[in-house]
Amino acid sequence: MQTASRPFLFKECSELREILGEEAYDEKRLVELLETVPLDSIYFHTHSYFLRHSYVERVYPNDFAQWVAMEVRDHVLGERLAVVDPFDYGELDALRGQLISIIDDHLSRTPIVPRVMFGEPFYFNKSLIIQVPTRIEVRTLQEFRSALSEVEVSAIYFHVFEARHRLKHEESDFSAWIHDGLGMPDLAEKLRAINPYLGSLERVRSALLTVCDEFLNREHRP
Amino acid sequence: MAHELDEYRDHAPKGTVEFLYRLSDQVAGHSFLHISAGRYGGGMAEILRRLIPMLNTLGINARWEVLAGDQEFFQVSRRLANSLQGQDDYLTDQMQEAYLKINARTAQSLNLDADLVMVHDPPPAALIEHRKGGKWFWRCYLDIAKPRQHSWSFLRRFLVGYDAAIFSLPGFAHRLPIPQFLISPSIDPLSEKNRPMPRVEVNQVLSRLGIPRDKPILLQLARFEWFKDPLGAIRAYRLVRKHHNCRLVLAGSGVMHDPEGEAVLAQVHEAAAGDPDVHILQLPPEADVEINALQRAATIILQKSFKEGFSLAVTEAMWKGKPVIGSTAGGLAAQILDGVTGYTVHSVEGAAFRARHLLNNPGLLQRMGGAGREHVRRNFLVTRHLSDYLTLMRLFVTR
Repeated sequence: MQTASRPFLFKECSELREILGEEAYDEKRLVELLETVPLDSIYFHTHSYFLRHSYVERVYPNDFAQWVAMEVRDHVLGERLAVVDPFDYGELDALRGQLISIIDDHLSRTPIVPRVMFGEPFYFNKSLIIQVPTRIEVRTLQEFRSALSEVEVSAIYFHVFEARHRLKHEESDFSAWIHDGLGMPDLAEKLRAINPYLGSLERVRSALLTVCDEFLNREHRP
Repeated sequence: MAHELDEYRDHAPKGTVEFLYRLSDQVAGHSFLHISAGRYGGGMAEILRRLIPMLNTLGINARWEVLAGDQEFFQVSRRLANSLQGQDDYLTDQMQEAYLKINARTAQSLNLDADLVMVHDPPPAALIEHRKGGKWFWRCYLDIAKPRQHSWSFLRRFLVGYDAAIFSLPGFAHRLPIPQFLISPSIDPLSEKNRPMPRVEVNQVLSRLGIPRDKPILLQLARFEWFKDPLGAIRAYRLVRKHHNCRLVLAGSGVMHDPEGEAVLAQVHEAAAGDPDVHILQLPPEADVEINALQRAATIILQKSFKEGFSLAVTEAMWKGKPVIGSTAGGLAAQILDGVTGYTVHSVEGAAFRARHLLNNPGLLQRMGGAGREHVRRNFLVTRHLSDYLTLMRLFVTR
């Protein structure tokens, strides 16, 4: 079994949610505020969403799609926002631009501005995230797999979501270490192929474990 | 009784207890003072009773002090809370003086020295004028989104002196020149109200309350107030009853010395019109065992309220694996994931329609109940609350 010279240190994280005091009752106001709120707020409503729904999967995978579909009851825009994959955009600014462009296009084709009639307004928030080192260090794939199955779910969030968008890493911390530290490029490629934006953090954990198990079984085969 | 943090391993999400130990390493040794108007009654006191020992277990020097108010002060505080929540009420100059006098007296008698001080709700808010140091937070559990202007102006002058304000829902927040954070309330899975309860004990309690367990039970657990819409719950039950033989239980605290409660209760009895399948219960204070049993015996939880705080009663019922049909008032919209843990509805007819749908689909009842329990496990247990407070401490002690 390969052993990495540089261990992988698992880190968890904790989020405190800050209320920005901006709210939208209709889609026009939503897009206006999307243009002006800090990028941390875009991040909150498209990424840390997963931290808050780590187990239960909601119908729509970001707060914007969820709100227009479930509160405004505009299912057309809800569907269009739901398929925006944040991992297609390197920078949060580009993601913001895409969201604005979709809503603008939708409003240009809609004779009225859809608004909340009976539901809740959209409240803009942002995340404050702190790192919590675990002291769990691993050097082999087996150790990595065991730790991955046991760590608190925020570690999955920190190394997959936070690493890429907030810390501007090119890929998740997991695939980077598997590639550079453990020297297993094939496994790293398989881990990169898992789209974390589909489902809950527990589902991401499960997908990561499945891929690790495939490689571990291969190593154990005579 | 204070529970050891390790006892929560079987209830909180995997890895949570270890995570709390690690997170607390970053703030251990700091002092954290909590100040509230009272030590008993209400969700806030329940939460603090659990959180303070847990913080101490984690190496935080946590204290909880209460205001030494008199009868007049508590009447003033009640009027202040009512008007901040939009009721047509205000404080006279004399009332304001009484409020300030008790806060000043408390400031002299209490040791306010701490690295972090959290002041809970409006009664002790003016203590900020006597701060000696440390970071001060104002924790609000009330819906003050649409307060009466006079009372809001009075309170606001204190709030601007705090380092941050904390609300249970973003919709409860207000325009303030200080940071505002969102921390949901929580329930304790080990408390008498939420502990696992054997079926035989549930049956005994139900029998004592005079409720046979021969039919599905719809339960609305709420005070007898207009805002809770008990009459709407009865109308919804009647629509469900056309298709399903079921019972409705309306349970709330007693209404003695409460003119509104008495009036509502009288109308509820009139609307029930002697229907033997409608059970109207006035529960004594701290009826934790009864509430636990009722929630476990219920098939579906109704919460038809027009106005709500966070509604921890719904959280407790979801923790017991029950689907909830509720309005979108207050914390209900944050707790009910529509179509996943229950349904949010906007009318009596909507409540009846969803209840019928669930009663026709026992598998869905189970699935939604299970999803609700997991939703609470991840988001509304006291362990998550503790994590939020430790994170808040970590962010402010290093600022």
